[in-house]
Amino acid sequence: MAGLVGGAVVPAGALAVTLPEDKAEALIHLYDGGGVKASGPALLVRKSLADKVSLSGSYYVDMVSNASIDVVTTASPFREKRTEYALGLDYVYRDALLTLSVSSSTEPDYKANAVSFDIAQEVYGGMTTINLGYTRGEDKVGRSDTSGFFDYATHWRYRFGVTQILTPRWLMSANLEAVSDDGYLGSPYRAARVFGALVPERNPRTRSSRAFKLGSVAEVMPRTALRAEYRYFYDNWDIKAHTVELGGSRYLGESFLVDAYVRHYQQSKALFYSDNASAETTYISRNRQLSSFNSLTLGGKVSFVYAQVPGKYEVKGNLAYELVNFKFKDFTDLRTGAPYDHRAHVLQMYVTATF
Amino acid sequence: MKRSHRHAKGWPLAALLGAVLLGGCAVPEPWVKPYERERLADPIMNVARDSLSAKHREHIHDVREGARGANGVQGGGCGCN
Repeated sequence: MAGLVGGAVVPAGALAVTLPEDKAEALIHLYDGGGVKASGPALLVRKSLADKVSLSGSYYVDMVSNASIDVVTTASPFREKRTEYALGLDYVYRDALLTLSVSSSTEPDYKANAVSFDIAQEVYGGMTTINLGYTRGEDKVGRSDTSGFFDYATHWRYRFGVTQILTPRWLMSANLEAVSDDGYLGSPYRAARVFGALVPERNPRTRSSRAFKLGSVAEVMPRTALRAEYRYFYDNWDIKAHTVELGGSRYLGESFLVDAYVRHYQQSKALFYSDNASAETTYISRNRQLSSFNSLTLGGKVSFVYAQVPGKYEVKGNLAYELVNFKFKDFTDLRTGAPYDHRAHVLQMYVTATF
Repeated sequence: MKRSHRHAKGWPLAALLGAVLLGGCAVPEPWVKPYERERLADPIMNVARDSLSAKHREHIHDVREGARGANGVQGGGCGCN
């Protein structure tokens, strides 16, 4: 199912309204799970001009080789490359940070372009930051065996958030996001199953969702922080999801920073989802991303300061790893008939430099 | 009449007391001064401190899960299935 992904990232705990610092990041990312391997490089550069404006540019590549359960049981494995470019412009005006960004993602059978506008406004003596954001995405949908695009998809995202300083060592935040989609929202390669027979899936051409997240982060001891987040999601496809994440960060010695976290995700299926439908309905999908399932993630990250000249620059090396366990309740492995489950490994190796 | 006269006497006093009490319910002064916010700007207080790393993580969640939003990502797009 085509989704809204990628784009730029606004730090969720976005605090004081100042121009983001100059930096460069180079990343190698890897995802390996459920027969899908996706990896690639990514680059980001951010530079401020005249202390008023900050420009950023990023390049992101996903090389995917897909032999997932769907592909292996109902189609044939494939390889594909996706490239994404993004440009951003940040401008500080009094107590507000204005951000404009554009992104463009291209793969052989899908083009996605998006424009975003975000405002972070400090109020209440700087103790409270209000975030507002809007994204408009326009996609062209194609398929690998035909040239050109056969359909479109349009997306709208509205974001509202508040970050509140509670004590000199404690922040809380609340975020709300409404997303609407219109157009082709499925996959031309995926099959649904009705009365045991494979048929092309039929998805609604609109979708509307809400997500609400509460989070808190606190420095509980010198050089140690703990965080907790909860997100509730629901949409008009009848999917409801809960996400809980707990994590901690700690400095070790002079040069090391370690993070550890656990994340639990749980969702209930879309109304028209079925592993094997026993009735003909207007919409039908066997997309396991729309089924009832849960996942548990254990993750850790180590950063070390490779070189540092205080006030001038700092170069850090980072290594992050996640182990994810997916367990599906109403999606079965066609080869065995049993509920499907799989593990996934996520690895990130990257260098960050601030200057 | 006697009863209504007694009530009319009590009203101005009650209104005066209410005004004095409500006057004390002002919004409190920001209690964390700018010079006390140093610890809050430390990287360990910012979950998504590394943009590309956070973006990759969000991308995986968006593709593998049905839920989306409220995560700080501004949103691009892709045909990832």
